Amino acid sequence: MTKDFVAWLIRIVCGVRFLPVEALPPAPIILFANHSSHLDFVTIWAALPPAIRARTRPVAGRDYWEKSTGRRRIACGFFNAVLIERQHVTVATNPLEPMVAALEAGDSLIVFPEGTRSADGTVHPFKPGLYHLARARPGITLVPVYLQNLSRILPKGESLPVPLLGSLSVGTPIQLAPDEAKPAFLERARAAVQQLAL
Amino acid sequence: MQLDQELLWLVGGIVGLLALSSTITFFLKRRAGGVSKVVANLDARVKAWWIMVAVFGIALATGGLGSVILFGFMSFFALREFITLTPTRAGDHRTLFWAFFIITPLQYYLVAMEWYGLFSILIPVYAFIFVPTRSALAGDSEHFLERTAKIQWALMICVYCVSHVPALLTLRIPGYEGQNAKLLLFFVLVVQISDVLQYVWGKLFGKRAIVPTISPNKTVEGSGVACSPPRPSAPPCGGPPLSRGGRRRCCRSCSR
Repeated sequence: MTKDFVAWLIRIVCGVRFLPVEALPPAPIILFANHSSHLDFVTIWAALPPAIRARTRPVAGRDYWEKSTGRRRIACGFFNAVLIERQHVTVATNPLEPMVAALEAGDSLIVFPEGTRSADGTVHPFKPGLYHLARARPGITLVPVYLQNLSRILPKGESLPVPLLGSLSVGTPIQLAPDEAKPAFLERARAAVQQLAL
Repeated sequence: MQLDQELLWLVGGIVGLLALSSTITFFLKRRAGGVSKVVANLDARVKAWWIMVAVFGIALATGGLGSVILFGFMSFFALREFITLTPTRAGDHRTLFWAFFIITPLQYYLVAMEWYGLFSILIPVYAFIFVPTRSALAGDSEHFLERTAKIQWALMICVYCVSHVPALLTLRIPGYEGQNAKLLLFFVLVVQISDVLQYVWGKLFGKRAIVPTISPNKTVEGSGVACSPPRPSAPPCGGPPLSRGGRRRCCRSCSR
């Protein structure tokens, strides 16, 4: 109930519409998008149909979202985020494991393969995590998402939003080919997002 | 607001016209059997006009304040569209926040309190100075004049101009007290009728599109008709008794 209201509020502020259920392949899937604002994952989350939203978990950096109890409560309590290690990656804190576990449990993921927010509005080269994730779960469907204008609504470093109209486009799903090399796959995935910008 | 004979005629005419349109649409829909795109479009338009009339009626019925709030929201959403389509930079973020959440509400607050002396200059004087100042403080000099002009004129068109529509209610015309709602209603009616006639005549007789790349449905035939009808019916000349100068000015604008 509260979540539906928050989702409605986010759709109003960002001017994005509900995604129809038919726009997405059956779960679990990996939604990957360009990253330019804090609003990115909440916007995708808010645009998903409620039934799908309940089983979709955003992936976020542990270093940022565990800095305070407030942030932690928002990320883990409200959005049910999968927090991963970005800075001190060891075998014990392998960021891949919690993501694969979530997919195995039947949940979908929202990931931002650029790794951090891009300030200039272009889609930066993808970090290899997406490739490793796709290889760990062969046959998983990856859905490219392009978010427009959200960096203007809430740019990096600002805390008050300006209510412009954002938009969210979903592209044709892709899959990792059995013998596809890492750079080729990452470039193909990036191009799938970039293509939606036109 | 005063319920006089003229107002009743005006409101009755609008509701009657809409009722007639709904009836015609109903029969057209039955005849077309729900396959015609044009009829579906007409149906959607008629329904939208009903909603427009209802919202506007409620706003007018609540008196001045309701209209000011309604147009305030219209300005807000117009500004939202305008700025969305106008490229701005990260350095404009705080300026835009001021434009949306401080300048726009302030302008309508001044209209509501009928402070003509200030609301008529708030944006072209004070906001025009404030916008480049706030953007300069953000420290981004790239395309500075261009960005400033965009935000200034977005405010001018979407907020300043639109706010003068509800400000019609605050005009003090000797001998016309309490009847200003008719001016507002007439203004909106002329705009809407022009849209309706353009649509109807364009659909019935329109052949030559004016600028097909921008609006394929706007035709020479439709626009010719849409521009002409408000003239003979334009009431301000015969309606409110204006001063001699006012009447002359007003008639000149009618016969243009």
